[in-house]
Amino acid sequence: MHRWKIDFSTYVKRRWRELIITDWAWLYIVILAIFVGYEVISHVPVILHTPLMSGSNFIHGIVLVGAILALGYATNDVERVIGFTGVVMATLNVVGGYVVTERMLSMFRKKGGGK
Amino acid sequence: MIDITQPIYVLTIAAFVIGLIRMGNPATARSGILWAGIAMAFSIGATLFVPGLSNLVLIFTAILIGAVIGFIAARKVAIVDMPQMVAIYNGMGAGAASSIAAIELIRFGTSSFNLTIALVGAIIGNVSIAGSVIAFLKLQGWIRQKPIIFTLQQAANLIVVAVGVLFGILFLTHHSLLISYRSALIPFFILTIGYGFLMALPIGGADMPVLISLYNAMTGIAVGLEGFAISNYAMVVAGILVGAAGTILTLAMATAMNRSVVAILAGGFGKVQEESRTVSGNLKPISSEDVAVMLAYASTVAIVPGFGMASAQAQFKVRDLSDMLIAKGIKVFFAIHPVAGRMPGHMNVLLAEAGVPYDLLEDRDEANRAFQDVDVSLVIGANDVVNPAARIPGTALYGMPILDVDKSKNVVVLKRGAGKGFAGIENDLFYMDKTKMLYGDAQESISKVIQELKKL
Repeated sequence: MHRWKIDFSTYVKRRWRELIITDWAWLYIVILAIFVGYEVISHVPVILHTPLMSGSNFIHGIVLVGAILALGYATNDVERVIGFTGVVMATLNVVGGYVVTERMLSMFRKKGGGK
Repeated sequence: MIDITQPIYVLTIAAFVIGLIRMGNPATARSGILWAGIAMAFSIGATLFVPGLSNLVLIFTAILIGAVIGFIAARKVAIVDMPQMVAIYNGMGAGAASSIAAIELIRFGTSSFNLTIALVGAIIGNVSIAGSVIAFLKLQGWIRQKPIIFTLQQAANLIVVAVGVLFGILFLTHHSLLISYRSALIPFFILTIGYGFLMALPIGGADMPVLISLYNAMTGIAVGLEGFAISNYAMVVAGILVGAAGTILTLAMATAMNRSVVAILAGGFGKVQEESRTVSGNLKPISSEDVAVMLAYASTVAIVPGFGMASAQAQFKVRDLSDMLIAKGIKVFFAIHPVAGRMPGHMNVLLAEAGVPYDLLEDRDEANRAFQDVDVSLVIGANDVVNPAARIPGTALYGMPILDVDKSKNVVVLKRGAGKGFAGIENDLFYMDKTKMLYGDAQESISKVIQELKKL
């Protein structure tokens, strides 16, 4: 047990070094994603804030991919129950998020095409 | 078998970014969600064919259940109730992220570093799911919208989250002093979810849009962290993208309402000062007949919609009314406050639904330049966004940019009853000499006004 306690700190240290040496890619990705997210949103007119919030709500539905993998690799019943719940919830996020966003945005098209 | 998921994930991320960019422009917004949707479908499809997956029957059953409920609920909900649907679907995403975290943590299979990331993601996800549920319940009217405040609230919240995180640390360090390390996960989840509930309770209905946007960003970050924990690049990039975009959106919304995010999270909407102020004057009711006469003899009419129009589904009748007035040669414009209703742009969406031409909509600054020449301002269920108390230092609304409806020559306020706005403070505008109150459901009131107008 105490063996684990010692392991934990050394592991973080080792893992942190690995991260810095080999996994710089992660940090590049995170930094670039933050800038892209900032750039995409910062010039948007206020009237599109709600649809855009709904649209980005849909995009984090990508969590379904992780939920499928989690349930797909589940080996016991506890994991299966949690994984199953996760997949149901993630699917709700994806499907509900898409339909709600689509309904909001369809009104903007009507306005553009209308009189 | 070759892993086809990686190239598809890469293309998905590209399509997500293109989709977000297109959603940021009114002309291309609708194709934006299509880009994102198609990419999402490919990613999910590819994931289902990952070699070595078991429990496929469970996976498909779960997807079917989620898809059917999600589709029906999202289809059936009225446009006016969209904000709470966004809240609840956001909560579901956060719940999924926490589920992934729970499985990773129970397994204790990966490195401590990844477990730490998973645990942090779980905290953010748990706060987000609980908060989203509260936001949903408040907007749905199933629990009261007013801030729920009790003594020592901040201290209680702090203790709950601190103890929750402590159990998380006990788990990570494999400490089995009190209980076995694995069972430390149970109080960890209960307490962090509990903190999410507690945190959202003192936040009033008026601040919900900002709060939902904040939870949206938090879910993005939780998804990104869980993606890191299970080494899934698609989740990392999409999650962080939403986290960043959502944070900017939250700040932009808060700025539009002249509220600071910190003040919102601190809870309560000016709870101390509000009672001390009394408003002189009285509320003067008016009949729909008189309103029709006023409108018919006006040369310029401003329509100021708010949440009352949304909740009464009156946008179609409002459009009929504006068409009638325009046909009579009266100049009509809609004064849109960016945060009227429950979300930024809420009014634009509803009026677009009713087919009100885009060029009749004036934003706050344009409208405020025009109000002095307006003969009749028709305030349809708007309250806080037209409250001149926002100009008085010390009031709860102080500093929020409002629509200067009080500058117009006459004001008619359509209102369900004599209640206060989300902010819970009296509206000076309603007590002014030039203001008349037309009580009742906005849709019925406007129908009556239209009938009276026809008689003239």
